[in-house]
Amino acid sequence: MKTMKHKKLNTEYSTVGSRVFDAINVAVLVGLALITVLPLLYVLAGSFAGESEISTRPFFLWPEKFVTESYEYIFATDAFIRALLTTVIVTAVGTVVQVLLTFTMAYPLAKRYLPGRALVLNLIIFTLVFTGGMIPTYLVVRDLGLLDSYWALILPLAINPFYLIIVKSFFQELPQALEEAARIDGCNEMGVFFKIVLPLSKPIIATFSLFYAVGIWNDYMSPLLYITDPNKWTLQILVRQLVSTDAANALSQMDRTWVPPEQGLKFAVVVIATLPILFFYPFLQKHFTKGVLIGGVKE
Amino acid sequence: MATDLAPPPTKAASKSGHRRPGVGLRAVFGRYRWLYLMLLPGIVYFALFKYLPMYGVTIAFQDFLPFLGYSGSPWVGFKHFEELFAGPDFGRLMFNTLFLALLHMLIVFPAPIVVALLLNELRINILKRSVQSLVYIPHFLSWTIVAALTYVLFAADFGVLSGWIRDFLGDTSKIDYMAQEDWFRPLIILQQLWKLTGWGTIIYLAALAGVDPQLYEAARMDGAGRFKQLWHVTLPAIRPTIVVMAILASGNLLDSGFEQIWLMTTSLNRSVADVFDTYVYYSGITQGAISYSTAVGLFKGVAGVILIFGSNWLAKRLGQRGLF
Repeated sequence: MKTMKHKKLNTEYSTVGSRVFDAINVAVLVGLALITVLPLLYVLAGSFAGESEISTRPFFLWPEKFVTESYEYIFATDAFIRALLTTVIVTAVGTVVQVLLTFTMAYPLAKRYLPGRALVLNLIIFTLVFTGGMIPTYLVVRDLGLLDSYWALILPLAINPFYLIIVKSFFQELPQALEEAARIDGCNEMGVFFKIVLPLSKPIIATFSLFYAVGIWNDYMSPLLYITDPNKWTLQILVRQLVSTDAANALSQMDRTWVPPEQGLKFAVVVIATLPILFFYPFLQKHFTKGVLIGGVKE
Repeated sequence: MATDLAPPPTKAASKSGHRRPGVGLRAVFGRYRWLYLMLLPGIVYFALFKYLPMYGVTIAFQDFLPFLGYSGSPWVGFKHFEELFAGPDFGRLMFNTLFLALLHMLIVFPAPIVVALLLNELRINILKRSVQSLVYIPHFLSWTIVAALTYVLFAADFGVLSGWIRDFLGDTSKIDYMAQEDWFRPLIILQQLWKLTGWGTIIYLAALAGVDPQLYEAARMDGAGRFKQLWHVTLPAIRPTIVVMAILASGNLLDSGFEQIWLMTTSLNRSVADVFDTYVYYSGITQGAISYSTAVGLFKGVAGVILIFGSNWLAKRLGQRGLF
């Protein structure tokens, strides 16, 4: 049976048309992959190149002369160090808050027998269709006294309804026997959740930690809306400032005797803002497709 | 399978499944107190940051004065909406928003489907996985990074691509792509293709993996080659997924994506760059027209809801399953 199938497949894929298609397909997809990564590799190479090289050589993946002046300049500024530190701390704290809130809310919502569950679920789904919008949300944040507070970057985004629904679907698939065993051993629901359910959910916790962390790390709108004090700028705001205005102005507290590498700075700050994400990416990659699809396909 | 349809047995629960006397609200809350307690922080979140702003939408019908608050500000009916519809900006906003949405639906929306189909036909597994890993990356990068990359590649004086375009056209003038109105939309669409396509394939690849292999067997028996199989088996199989994604996308037609547009807007391309999302920010936060910009946001939100229900209705009329 198996060999027969194999033979069939082979004859089918060996026709001329089929082979031409395969060749073109490989070429197209490899081209796509290259279009994706080449800009990133160019920026990485450019961040280690001198100013003159950036403006004279059209495209390179390895700098002629390896220099680190862009990084030296950036790391010598208070504004940058502060933004980097702020972003790291807000991302770390925010991710913990978001994951904790999302998972604790998803767990009871996974219990079909819980009275009132359908109402809460419907109210959540409604927020996917209709929102108050930017200005009313801004007013709430302002009235809570969160303007210019780092909590404004975390709390308004504390639960992503899409993630919540996916995590809920995941909890529904967990074997109930384990939970029942724990209950017989005298655990209440809270104990079951923290001792049994969460340890079983490590891959999905990892996935949504990544999604949430990336969300806060990359967030440009919240700091733009809620942070007015330049001393509290985050990395994304700084990236924007560096790229759109002239670089020296953005890092204004700088030593004026040192001529900043105008273009190199832009390359370097892009690299620094991208690096943490690319660093964690390979570790979590095996999880996230599964994470996205749980619930997603079935809905 | 779904064993959690029944509540966990507790000491108080009687053996017979009949309604026990005294199952009041209090008993229910007592029994599930831990679950309700776990639900509480989340409910507070949704009440504060989702439903309170929905209530705050009422200021679109007021002349909102912060010191008078929601209840004290005078009601003005549809004044701000009339101002919007009759104002000079509305036509331009509508056109810019819808034109970008149209380009998105025609170019960016189908791209992941095509790439997923191509990936699905790729039989070298290592290559398939490598390509996938690489094209997912842009999804994790911020719009500020994408805007910075665009700048680096298209900058008038040292940009790589602007240099190539110049050489290709034999043109010696340096074009500032960020400042040119003509280049705004192509750049926006290019950015979206680069950032969204790879990630978008995930859902279609999953749908493709779920296609019954027997269907292919049967098609082969009938003498269908690879292209015929693609057309008659694969595409029909993922059509429901495409429809659901299209309905979801239609709800976002008026959502141009604030961050991307805002980051690409310069003082020179504003006439084509202004969309509802950026206009709300501009008029509300920077100009301080709070009630007016809330009205603009509300108009956009309501139109979005109508669009999503409308396209769902349409999908059902056309014999598809729809979302609701």
